[in-house]
Amino acid sequence: MNSTAAPTPQALPAEWRDFFALTKPRVMSLVVFTGLCGLLAAPGHIHPVLGFTAVLCIAMGAGGAAALNQWWEADLDAGMKRTAQRPLPQGRMTRTDARDFGVALSAASVGIMGLAVHWLAASILALSIVYYAVIYTIWLKPRTPQNIVIGGGAGAFPPLIGWVAVTGDITAMPLLLFAIIFVWTPPHFWALALFVQTDYAKVGIPMMPVVAGERATRRQIFAYAIVLFLVSLVPWWIGGTGAIYGIAALALSGLFLALSVPVAFRRSAVEDRMRPEKRLFAYSVLYLFALFAALVADRLILGQGLFA
Amino acid sequence: MTPEEEERFKRARKGRNVVLGLVLVGFVVLFYAITIARLGG
Repeated sequence: MNSTAAPTPQALPAEWRDFFALTKPRVMSLVVFTGLCGLLAAPGHIHPVLGFTAVLCIAMGAGGAAALNQWWEADLDAGMKRTAQRPLPQGRMTRTDARDFGVALSAASVGIMGLAVHWLAASILALSIVYYAVIYTIWLKPRTPQNIVIGGGAGAFPPLIGWVAVTGDITAMPLLLFAIIFVWTPPHFWALALFVQTDYAKVGIPMMPVVAGERATRRQIFAYAIVLFLVSLVPWWIGGTGAIYGIAALALSGLFLALSVPVAFRRSAVEDRMRPEKRLFAYSVLYLFALFAALVADRLILGQGLFA
Repeated sequence: MTPEEEERFKRARKGRNVVLGLVLVGFVVLFYAITIARLGG
Protein backbone atom coordinates (compact mmCIF):
# COMPACT_ATOMS: atom_id res chain seq x y z
CA MET A 1 0.00 0.00 0.00
CA ASN A 2 1.36 3.39 -0.96
CA SER A 3 0.91 5.68 2.02
CA THR A 4 1.68 8.82 0.02
CA ALA A 5 -1.21 8.28 -2.40
CA ALA A 6 -4.11 10.67 -2.04
CA PRO A 7 -6.87 8.93 -0.14
CA THR A 8 -9.78 8.05 -2.39
CA PRO A 9 -13.36 8.07 -1.07
CA GLN A 10 -13.24 4.26 -1.16
CA ALA A 11 -10.35 4.28 1.31
CA LEU A 12 -12.71 5.56 4.00
CA PRO A 13 -14.94 2.99 5.64
CA ALA A 14 -18.52 3.42 4.49
CA GLU A 15 -20.84 4.99 7.05
CA TRP A 16 -23.65 2.88 8.50
CA ARG A 17 -26.11 5.34 6.93
CA ASP A 18 -24.85 4.31 3.50
CA PHE A 19 -25.53 0.65 4.27
CA PHE A 20 -28.97 1.65 5.49
CA ALA A 21 -29.59 3.67 2.30
CA LEU A 22 -28.60 0.58 0.30
CA THR A 23 -31.71 -1.21 1.62
CA LYS A 24 -34.04 1.38 -0.04
CA PRO A 25 -35.90 2.27 3.19
CA ARG A 26 -38.76 4.04 1.40
CA VAL A 27 -39.61 1.01 -0.72
CA MET A 28 -39.29 -1.08 2.42
CA SER A 29 -42.12 0.82 4.15
CA LEU A 30 -44.59 -0.49 1.55
CA VAL A 31 -43.05 -3.96 1.76
CA VAL A 32 -43.40 -4.02 5.56
CA PHE A 33 -46.94 -2.69 5.40
CA THR A 34 -48.22 -5.20 2.83
CA GLY A 35 -46.32 -8.06 4.51
CA LEU A 36 -47.85 -7.14 7.87
CA CYS A 37 -51.31 -6.90 6.29
CA GLY A 38 -50.93 -10.37 4.76
CA LEU A 39 -49.95 -11.65 8.18
CA LEU A 40 -52.83 -9.94 10.00
CA ALA A 41 -55.46 -10.87 7.40
CA ALA A 42 -54.58 -14.58 7.34
CA PRO A 43 -56.85 -16.98 9.18
CA GLY A 44 -55.16 -18.61 12.14
CA HIS A 45 -52.84 -17.50 14.86
CA ILE A 46 -49.16 -16.73 15.08
CA HIS A 47 -47.24 -15.91 18.26
CA PRO A 48 -46.63 -12.13 18.26
CA VAL A 49 -42.85 -12.63 18.56
CA LEU A 50 -42.84 -14.98 15.56
CA GLY A 51 -45.13 -12.63 13.64
CA PHE A 52 -42.73 -9.78 14.33
CA THR A 53 -39.83 -11.99 13.24
CA ALA A 54 -41.62 -12.88 10.01
CA VAL A 55 -42.17 -9.20 9.12
CA LEU A 56 -38.58 -8.39 10.11
CA CYS A 57 -37.33 -11.17 7.81
CA ILE A 58 -39.49 -9.90 4.93
CA ALA A 59 -37.98 -6.42 5.46
CA MET A 60 -34.42 -7.81 5.70
CA GLY A 61 -34.93 -9.87 2.54
CA ALA A 62 -36.23 -6.81 0.67
CA GLY A 63 -33.25 -4.79 1.95
CA GLY A 64 -30.78 -7.47 0.90
CA ALA A 65 -32.35 -7.71 -2.56
CA ALA A 66 -32.24 -3.90 -2.88
CA ALA A 67 -28.54 -3.90 -1.96
CA LEU A 68 -27.84 -6.57 -4.59
CA ASN A 69 -29.84 -4.54 -7.12
CA GLN A 70 -27.65 -1.49 -6.48
CA TRP A 71 -24.47 -3.57 -6.55
CA TRP A 72 -25.41 -4.77 -10.03
CA GLU A 73 -26.73 -1.43 -11.33
CA ALA A 74 -24.06 0.90 -9.91
CA ASP A 75 -22.97 1.98 -13.39
CA LEU A 76 -26.55 2.60 -14.55
CA ASP A 77 -27.37 4.51 -11.36
CA ALA A 78 -24.37 6.78 -11.94
CA GLY A 79 -25.87 7.80 -15.29
CA MET A 80 -29.31 8.81 -14.00
CA LYS A 81 -30.14 11.97 -12.06
CA ARG A 82 -32.61 10.22 -9.72
CA THR A 83 -30.10 7.57 -8.62
CA ALA A 84 -26.73 9.29 -8.99
CA GLN A 85 -26.72 10.25 -5.29
CA ARG A 86 -26.82 6.63 -4.10
CA PRO A 87 -23.83 5.38 -2.05
CA LEU A 88 -22.21 3.36 -4.86
CA PRO A 89 -22.30 5.93 -7.69
CA GLN A 90 -21.05 8.51 -5.20
CA GLY A 91 -18.06 6.33 -4.31
CA ARG A 92 -18.98 6.30 -0.62
CA MET A 93 -18.83 2.50 -0.61
CA THR A 94 -17.04 -0.21 -2.56
CA ARG A 95 -19.07 -2.51 -4.81
CA THR A 96 -17.86 -5.64 -3.06
CA ASP A 97 -19.02 -4.22 0.30
CA ALA A 98 -22.50 -3.67 -1.18
CA ARG A 99 -22.57 -7.18 -2.66
CA ASP A 100 -21.43 -8.85 0.56
CA PHE A 101 -23.90 -6.81 2.61
CA GLY A 102 -26.73 -7.82 0.24
CA VAL A 103 -25.81 -11.50 0.32
CA ALA A 104 -25.42 -11.52 4.13
CA LEU A 105 -28.72 -9.73 4.70
CA SER A 106 -30.57 -12.00 2.26
CA ALA A 107 -29.08 -15.20 3.71
CA ALA A 108 -29.80 -14.08 7.28
CA SER A 109 -33.41 -13.22 6.45
CA VAL A 110 -34.08 -16.64 4.89
CA GLY A 111 -32.25 -18.52 7.65
CA ILE A 112 -34.02 -16.74 10.49
CA MET A 113 -37.42 -17.09 8.77
CA GLY A 114 -36.83 -20.84 8.39
CA LEU A 115 -35.71 -21.37 11.97
CA ALA A 116 -38.25 -19.09 13.65
CA VAL A 117 -41.35 -19.49 11.48
CA HIS A 118 -41.15 -22.34 8.97
CA TRP A 119 -39.31 -23.31 5.83
CA LEU A 120 -42.22 -22.81 3.39
CA ALA A 121 -42.29 -19.08 4.21
CA ALA A 122 -38.47 -19.06 4.08
CA SER A 123 -38.49 -20.75 0.66
CA ILE A 124 -40.91 -18.19 -0.80
CA LEU A 125 -38.79 -15.41 0.73
CA ALA A 126 -35.67 -16.90 -0.91
CA LEU A 127 -37.55 -17.18 -4.21
CA SER A 128 -38.62 -13.52 -3.99
CA ILE A 129 -35.02 -12.37 -3.40
CA VAL A 130 -33.70 -14.42 -6.34
CA TYR A 131 -36.62 -13.19 -8.45
CA TYR A 132 -35.81 -9.52 -7.78
CA ALA A 133 -32.02 -9.61 -7.67
CA VAL A 134 -31.37 -12.12 -10.46
CA ILE A 135 -34.39 -12.70 -12.72
CA TYR A 136 -35.51 -9.05 -12.70
CA THR A 137 -32.39 -6.94 -12.11
CA ILE A 138 -29.75 -8.96 -13.91
CA TRP A 139 -31.73 -10.78 -16.57
CA LEU A 140 -34.98 -9.16 -17.74
CA LYS A 141 -34.90 -5.47 -16.75
CA PRO A 142 -32.28 -4.55 -19.37
CA ARG A 143 -33.91 -6.78 -22.01
CA THR A 144 -37.64 -6.12 -22.23
CA PRO A 145 -40.07 -3.17 -21.98
CA GLN A 146 -42.24 -5.53 -19.92
CA ASN A 147 -39.66 -5.10 -17.12
CA ILE A 148 -42.07 -3.19 -14.91
CA VAL A 149 -44.67 -5.95 -15.21
CA ILE A 150 -42.04 -8.49 -14.23
CA GLY A 151 -40.63 -6.26 -11.48
CA GLY A 152 -44.14 -5.95 -10.06
CA GLY A 153 -43.92 -9.65 -9.24
CA ALA A 154 -41.08 -8.93 -6.83
CA GLY A 155 -43.11 -6.31 -4.97
CA ALA A 156 -46.08 -8.68 -4.83
CA PHE A 157 -44.39 -11.30 -2.64
CA PRO A 158 -44.60 -9.66 0.85
CA PRO A 159 -48.33 -10.21 1.57
CA LEU A 160 -48.05 -13.76 0.24
CA ILE A 161 -45.12 -14.47 2.58
CA GLY A 162 -46.88 -12.79 5.52
CA TRP A 163 -50.01 -14.88 4.94
CA VAL A 164 -48.12 -18.16 4.50
CA ALA A 165 -46.10 -17.43 7.67
CA VAL A 166 -49.40 -17.75 9.59
CA THR A 167 -51.19 -20.53 7.72
CA GLY A 168 -48.27 -22.70 6.58
CA ASP A 169 -49.87 -23.41 3.22
CA ILE A 170 -50.55 -21.63 -0.06
CA THR A 171 -54.23 -21.10 -0.88
CA ALA A 172 -56.19 -18.88 -3.28
CA MET A 173 -56.33 -15.85 -0.97
CA PRO A 174 -52.57 -15.19 -0.62
CA LEU A 175 -52.18 -15.77 -4.37
CA LEU A 176 -54.90 -13.16 -4.98
CA LEU A 177 -53.06 -10.65 -2.77
CA PHE A 178 -50.00 -11.36 -4.90
CA ALA A 179 -52.07 -10.82 -8.04
CA ILE A 180 -53.45 -7.49 -6.81
CA ILE A 181 -49.99 -5.93 -6.32
CA PHE A 182 -48.75 -7.57 -9.51
CA VAL A 183 -51.50 -5.92 -11.57
CA TRP A 184 -51.29 -2.64 -9.61
CA THR A 185 -47.59 -2.05 -10.31
CA PRO A 186 -47.63 -1.30 -14.08
CA PRO A 187 -50.27 1.49 -14.00
CA HIS A 188 -48.65 2.88 -10.83
CA PHE A 189 -45.20 3.03 -12.34
CA TRP A 190 -46.14 4.02 -15.89
CA ALA A 191 -48.21 6.95 -14.58
CA LEU A 192 -44.98 8.14 -12.93
CA ALA A 193 -42.95 7.40 -16.04
CA LEU A 194 -45.26 9.61 -18.12
CA PHE A 195 -44.60 12.76 -16.09
CA VAL A 196 -41.08 12.22 -14.80
CA GLN A 197 -38.47 12.70 -17.46
CA THR A 198 -36.36 9.72 -16.52
CA ASP A 199 -33.12 9.05 -18.27
CA TYR A 200 -33.64 5.31 -18.61
CA ALA A 201 -33.15 5.60 -22.35
CA LYS A 202 -29.73 7.13 -21.76
CA VAL A 203 -28.51 4.11 -19.83
CA GLY A 204 -30.15 1.58 -22.15
CA ILE A 205 -33.05 0.36 -19.99
CA PRO A 206 -36.10 -0.22 -22.25
CA MET A 207 -38.95 1.50 -20.36
CA MET A 208 -42.42 1.25 -21.89
CA PRO A 209 -43.05 4.97 -22.68
CA VAL A 210 -39.69 5.13 -24.45
CA VAL A 211 -40.02 1.87 -26.40
CA ALA A 212 -43.72 1.63 -27.21
CA GLY A 213 -44.56 5.33 -27.09
CA GLU A 214 -46.76 7.44 -24.89
CA ARG A 215 -50.04 6.45 -26.56
CA ALA A 216 -49.50 2.71 -26.08
CA THR A 217 -48.43 3.28 -22.47
CA ARG A 218 -51.62 5.23 -21.73
CA ARG A 219 -53.79 2.46 -23.20
CA GLN A 220 -51.94 -0.17 -21.18
CA ILE A 221 -52.47 1.82 -17.97
CA PHE A 222 -56.19 1.69 -18.66
CA ALA A 223 -56.12 -2.03 -19.50
CA TYR A 224 -54.32 -2.81 -16.23
CA ALA A 225 -56.75 -0.60 -14.29
CA ILE A 226 -59.64 -2.71 -15.63
CA VAL A 227 -57.90 -5.95 -14.67
CA LEU A 228 -57.04 -4.49 -11.25
CA PHE A 229 -60.69 -3.60 -10.71
CA LEU A 230 -61.72 -7.20 -11.37
CA VAL A 231 -58.86 -8.90 -9.53
CA SER A 232 -59.31 -6.76 -6.41
CA LEU A 233 -62.94 -7.92 -6.15
CA VAL A 234 -62.21 -11.65 -6.48
CA PRO A 235 -61.32 -12.13 -2.77
CA TRP A 236 -64.86 -10.97 -1.93
CA TRP A 237 -66.55 -12.99 -4.71
CA ILE A 238 -64.94 -16.24 -3.60
CA GLY A 239 -65.92 -15.55 0.01
CA GLY A 240 -62.36 -15.02 1.22
CA THR A 241 -63.33 -11.69 2.78
CA GLY A 242 -66.43 -9.96 4.08
CA ALA A 243 -68.38 -6.92 2.94
CA ILE A 244 -65.99 -4.39 4.52
CA TYR A 245 -63.25 -5.38 2.11
CA GLY A 246 -65.71 -5.90 -0.76
CA ILE A 247 -67.25 -2.43 -0.54
CA ALA A 248 -63.85 -0.80 0.04
CA ALA A 249 -62.38 -2.62 -2.98
CA LEU A 250 -65.35 -1.64 -5.13
CA ALA A 251 -65.01 2.04 -4.19
CA LEU A 252 -61.19 2.21 -4.22
CA SER A 253 -60.74 0.27 -7.48
CA GLY A 254 -63.65 2.11 -9.08
CA LEU A 255 -61.93 5.42 -8.34
CA PHE A 256 -58.64 4.01 -9.64
CA LEU A 257 -60.37 3.07 -12.89
CA ALA A 258 -62.11 6.46 -13.10
CA LEU A 259 -58.80 8.32 -12.59
CA SER A 260 -57.12 6.20 -15.26
CA VAL A 261 -59.69 7.19 -17.91
CA PRO A 262 -58.42 10.78 -18.44
CA VAL A 263 -54.87 9.42 -18.45
CA ALA A 264 -55.74 6.81 -21.07
CA PHE A 265 -57.55 9.02 -23.55
CA ARG A 266 -55.49 12.18 -23.77
CA ARG A 267 -52.25 13.26 -25.27
CA SER A 268 -49.75 15.45 -23.54
CA ALA A 269 -49.21 18.80 -25.16
CA VAL A 270 -46.02 20.82 -25.14
CA GLU A 271 -45.41 22.24 -21.64
CA ASP A 272 -48.14 19.90 -20.37
CA ARG A 273 -48.52 19.97 -16.59
CA MET A 274 -49.53 16.28 -16.61
CA ARG A 275 -52.17 16.77 -13.92
CA PRO A 276 -54.19 13.54 -14.57
CA GLU A 277 -51.00 11.45 -14.53
CA LYS A 278 -49.77 13.00 -11.27
CA ARG A 279 -53.21 12.52 -9.73
CA LEU A 280 -53.34 8.85 -10.73
CA PHE A 281 -49.83 8.22 -9.41
CA ALA A 282 -50.50 9.91 -6.06
CA TYR A 283 -53.78 8.04 -5.72
CA SER A 284 -52.20 4.70 -6.64
CA VAL A 285 -49.99 4.78 -3.53
CA LEU A 286 -52.92 5.72 -1.28
CA TYR A 287 -54.98 3.01 -3.01
CA LEU A 288 -52.66 0.17 -2.08
CA PHE A 289 -52.40 1.28 1.55
CA ALA A 290 -56.17 1.72 1.83
CA LEU A 291 -57.03 -1.58 0.13
CA PHE A 292 -54.75 -3.62 2.38
CA ALA A 293 -55.90 -1.71 5.45
CA ALA A 294 -59.49 -2.60 4.47
CA LEU A 295 -58.47 -6.25 4.13
CA VAL A 296 -57.10 -6.25 7.68
CA ALA A 297 -60.05 -4.30 9.07
CA ASP A 298 -62.40 -6.81 7.43
CA ARG A 299 -60.57 -9.68 9.07
CA LEU A 300 -60.33 -8.09 12.52
CA ILE A 301 -63.94 -6.93 12.62
CA LEU A 302 -65.82 -9.62 10.68
CA GLY A 303 -63.47 -12.58 10.73
CA GLN A 304 -62.06 -14.72 13.49
CA GLY A 305 -59.19 -12.33 14.03
CA LEU A 306 -58.12 -10.43 17.11
CA PHE A 307 -61.58 -9.44 18.26
CA ALA A 308 -63.27 -12.79 17.86
CA MET B 1 -3.99 11.16 5.58
CA THR B 2 -4.60 14.63 6.98
CA PRO B 3 -5.82 15.02 10.58
CA GLU B 4 -9.31 15.93 9.27
CA GLU B 5 -9.46 12.80 7.15
CA GLU B 6 -8.23 10.69 10.02
CA GLU B 7 -10.96 12.21 12.18
CA ARG B 8 -13.58 11.32 9.52
CA PHE B 9 -12.16 7.83 9.21
CA LYS B 10 -12.39 7.24 12.94
CA ARG B 11 -15.89 8.70 13.15
CA ALA B 12 -17.17 6.52 10.31
CA ARG B 13 -15.56 3.41 11.82
CA LYS B 14 -16.90 4.13 15.27
CA GLY B 15 -20.40 4.77 13.92
CA ARG B 16 -20.36 1.46 12.08
CA ASN B 17 -19.12 -0.42 15.12
CA VAL B 18 -21.77 1.10 17.38
CA VAL B 19 -24.58 0.25 14.92
CA LEU B 20 -23.20 -3.26 14.37
CA GLY B 21 -23.07 -3.74 18.15
CA LEU B 22 -26.68 -2.60 18.53
CA VAL B 23 -27.78 -4.93 15.71
CA LEU B 24 -26.01 -7.86 17.36
CA VAL B 25 -27.59 -7.11 20.75
CA GLY B 26 -30.93 -6.86 18.95
CA PHE B 27 -30.46 -10.30 17.41
CA VAL B 28 -29.47 -11.80 20.77
CA VAL B 29 -32.71 -10.48 22.29
CA LEU B 30 -34.71 -11.61 19.24
CA PHE B 31 -33.30 -15.14 19.30
CA TYR B 32 -33.98 -15.38 23.03
CA ALA B 33 -37.58 -14.28 22.44
CA ILE B 34 -37.97 -16.68 19.49
CA THR B 35 -36.69 -19.56 21.62
CA ILE B 36 -39.14 -18.79 24.42
CA ALA B 37 -42.00 -18.44 21.91
CA ARG B 38 -41.17 -21.74 20.17
CA LEU B 39 -40.75 -23.62 23.45
CA GLY B 40 -44.04 -22.19 24.70
CA GLY B 41 -45.82 -23.30 21.50
